[in-house]
Amino acid sequence: MGLSDLSASELLDQLQSGAVSSREVTQACLAAITVQDTAVHAFLHVDAADALQQAAAIDERRVRGESLGLLAGLPVALKDVLCQQGQPATCASKMLSGFIPPYDAHVVTKLKQADAVLLGRTNMDEFAMGSSSENSAFGVTRNPWDLSRIPGGSSSGSAAAVAARMTPVSLGSDTGGSIRQPAGLCGIVGMKPTYGRISRYGLIAYASSLDQIGPFGTDVRSVATVLEAISGHDPRDSTSVNQPVPEYSKSVDQPLTGLKIGIVPEHFSAGLDTEIAAAVKSAIDVYRSLGAEVREVALPHAKYCIATYYLIACSEASSNLSRYDGIHYGHRATSFKNLNEMYAASRGEGFGAEVKRRIMLGTYALSTGYYDQYYVKALKVRRLIRQDFDAAFQQVDVIAGPVTPTAAFAIGEKANDPLAMYLSDIYTISANLAGLPAISLPCGFTTGGLPIGLQLQGRPFDEDRVLRAARMYEATTDWHTRRPNG
Amino acid sequence: MSYDVIIGLEVHVQLQTQTKIFCGCSTAFNPDQPNVQTCPVCLGLPGALPVLNRHAMRLAVKTALGLGCQIAKFTKWDRKQYFYPDLPKGYQISQYDLPFSFDGHVDVDTGSGEPRRVRILRAHLEEDAGKNVHDESGRGRDSQVDLNRAGTPLVEIVTQPDLRTAAEARTFLQAMHSLLTFLEVSDCNMQEGSLRCDANVNLHVHQPDGSKVATPIVEVKNINSFRFTEQAILHEVDRQWELFQKTGKTIKDAPKTTRGFDPDRGVTTPMREKEEAADYRYFPDPDLVPVTFTDADIEAIRSEMCETPVSRRARFLGEYQLSAYDADVILDQGRAVADYFETVAKGSGDPKQAANWVTQDVLRELKERRLTLDAFSINADVLMSLLKRVSDKQLTIKSAREVFLLLLEQAEEHAPSTVRIDAIIAEKGLALVQDTGAMETAIAAVLARNAKAVADFKSGKQAAVGALIGQVMKELKGADAAVVREKIIAALS
Ligand SMILES: [Zn+2]
Repeated sequence: MGLSDLSASELLDQLQSGAVSSREVTQACLAAITVQDTAVHAFLHVDAADALQQAAAIDERRVRGESLGLLAGLPVALKDVLCQQGQPATCASKMLSGFIPPYDAHVVTKLKQADAVLLGRTNMDEFAMGSSSENSAFGVTRNPWDLSRIPGGSSSGSAAAVAARMTPVSLGSDTGGSIRQPAGLCGIVGMKPTYGRISRYGLIAYASSLDQIGPFGTDVRSVATVLEAISGHDPRDSTSVNQPVPEYSKSVDQPLTGLKIGIVPEHFSAGLDTEIAAAVKSAIDVYRSLGAEVREVALPHAKYCIATYYLIACSEASSNLSRYDGIHYGHRATSFKNLNEMYAASRGEGFGAEVKRRIMLGTYALSTGYYDQYYVKALKVRRLIRQDFDAAFQQVDVIAGPVTPTAAFAIGEKANDPLAMYLSDIYTISANLAGLPAISLPCGFTTGGLPIGLQLQGRPFDEDRVLRAARMYEATTDWHTRRPNG
Repeated sequence: MSYDVIIGLEVHVQLQTQTKIFCGCSTAFNPDQPNVQTCPVCLGLPGALPVLNRHAMRLAVKTALGLGCQIAKFTKWDRKQYFYPDLPKGYQISQYDLPFSFDGHVDVDTGSGEPRRVRILRAHLEEDAGKNVHDESGRGRDSQVDLNRAGTPLVEIVTQPDLRTAAEARTFLQAMHSLLTFLEVSDCNMQEGSLRCDANVNLHVHQPDGSKVATPIVEVKNINSFRFTEQAILHEVDRQWELFQKTGKTIKDAPKTTRGFDPDRGVTTPMREKEEAADYRYFPDPDLVPVTFTDADIEAIRSEMCETPVSRRARFLGEYQLSAYDADVILDQGRAVADYFETVAKGSGDPKQAANWVTQDVLRELKERRLTLDAFSINADVLMSLLKRVSDKQLTIKSAREVFLLLLEQAEEHAPSTVRIDAIIAEKGLALVQDTGAMETAIAAVLARNAKAVADFKSGKQAAVGALIGQVMKELKGADAAVVREKIIAALS
């Protein structure tokens, strides 16, 4: 068994015991990247020398007997949306091509404090807008299970890199499903924590009230460990919540007794692939067999979630992306006659089609005369969606359901049909609108051999229970042990 | 035909915080070293997030309380969106529909007895933009942007259109300046742009049938002195009147336009209009949380506020019986001088005398020595001791002035103090004669020598007493003339 067959939690045990060095693990990841990434294209930038140097420094400190952080020596890949001082951060956009942030995101600081090895930067849909990586300005990432298919998005590279065992763990960001959807389509575990659980400082914003950073791993334990390392209050993010961080890595293996699982009947109605419906239903049966009580809950406003999401997300994005004006940093057009032309040309050249579409949609929704009927109304529906969840969580501890309506689709299949693309987030979006924690974990395969994901959503700041519920299932199944080409 | 002038002002005040409103960068005025007081937040770098500076919020609340405004229990932050090179995020964090304060007023002295009440519509807190620096050499070099100022906390105060003359507008700004410096919320340094103002001006023209017709509103932007405000409005009134007579255009025919003021020519000039009507697409900033205030929070801020200049003026007139002139001279000097005066007035027991000394002797010396009060060697307690000796009749005013000047002259060797005062009095033999025996002996001797004057006085020539007082004073160095006069009159009646 090679190093790349081990999960992050297993690697951490071996690193700690001295069975392997961080340098060896990092080297194995770099080798896997060399072999596989030409085909997968999960990474936009890998600074091998820097990664090896970090690894060597941690190994030295371990030899000296220094006390080390929670992720000591473990390689972590970062979605290209997270600022890391001295490394490029492009958001897979021509607009930020060549931009090198002069500061670290809060999660990067936390990873450094935990003695992780920052391995490289992963591909994504431009500015985190998309569900397939087809919106990247730097080429599509391919699904390691089937290279003709998309890996999901927008955290495409972070999911594909873990699925292909090029890195044991990675970070992504999730605004409407951008961690859970690619985790589901790539057959790995991905978690979006509660809004406010992890500081957004240094996360290049798409939609500020929805964006959350979260981890990918090959199993629940690894995800719990990384989540523990990067969570916590940060005074530099006003929306970061000052709540104690439980030791997820220690509690994740404790099964829950008397677990109440909610299912939403609408999740299983038209639009859901029958193989996925069957896999999710049998996952719920597994919970029943483990003693969980399963009951139906109603989320009456869930049907408005896509419309609500696109109004809020695009409105915020239209504003957040105003700073890319060609004046201070990023792409500037070379040919213009005056200031307005400089703005128009720089933005016209720098942004891709989907980003422009969302900026225009958001600009329209915030315009005088439309603001009340679009943006304000969307905020009201968002409150109703949150209230639905509050009521449901009076009755159940977690809500289980599918992650995506279909398994990974073919590259190009939906590229010219934005509405069909938007529907691939139908089950994941409401957790963002309500600010809830949610996890995606493998629960089966299609007859074509494509992974299927199970989603569990929990109460705000109840990540611990969500992780333990996920681990209960994982511990009795072996879907997470399967890997592409294996 | 005649017309009324209608003026409303928008005043922008930079708060005197050490750090910017949403990051930790310094707010110091530093035009010579562009972009050194910046960080990812105020540069608007991708991923950076704002965090409210609580101190800026407190200063803003103090400002609003000083303007008699209501404080909102709930206030939030909105993004005002437009593209401009000095605005690095493409939006300004401001407040739109729920400003933190509203409904205040400032009474402006119009000089005609009845003050003008200027209602304050609202005051909100926002971040300042940076500064575009254009090539003025005419060689067409690229413009540059300095973001040192970007993120400086700014309170925007919007009045109702209650001002009626350019002079009133100027007086209003002066009152604002006095209030804000008194409250120590802003240094109001107009050269450095800490206090700037936009004036909205139009005319209500009286029609023969008794109705009024309004001319189009013109906003004169970014005026940075009291005098320019007055000049700009005066010019604008003339210009609008001429234009109205020529074209007859009313507010219904033309939208509001913006103009700038050219101080060199004393005229307003049109500013480049935005190509389309601006839609700022305000919406709540999702990166910031709303701010809530309880009554207790507001009272706590109120309790740490000093008295406003308006209420202090009323007190100076009532409690100390100062003339309006003296009160204004003292208050115009700012809070430090007013505090100095009050210490001297209370301690010496003679407010009128204290006012004389502060407005004349102290201000004269400060001016001559080009000093501010905190660098002045005679502090309030020392002047108070000096004047106390006058009111206790231990020293004449004339002698006190001599001591005052000597204290200043010798300040380098001996820091002025009560001990120094007494040393100088002793040294120069300035102590007022308190020994009534000596005074009576002297009076008796003088009366004996001046039989004619005594006779004149007794026959009703009151003036004759003058010569007698003079002679007694000559014999008794440091005697109080008033006491001598009393005693002579008593001896002769
Ligand atoms: Zn700053």
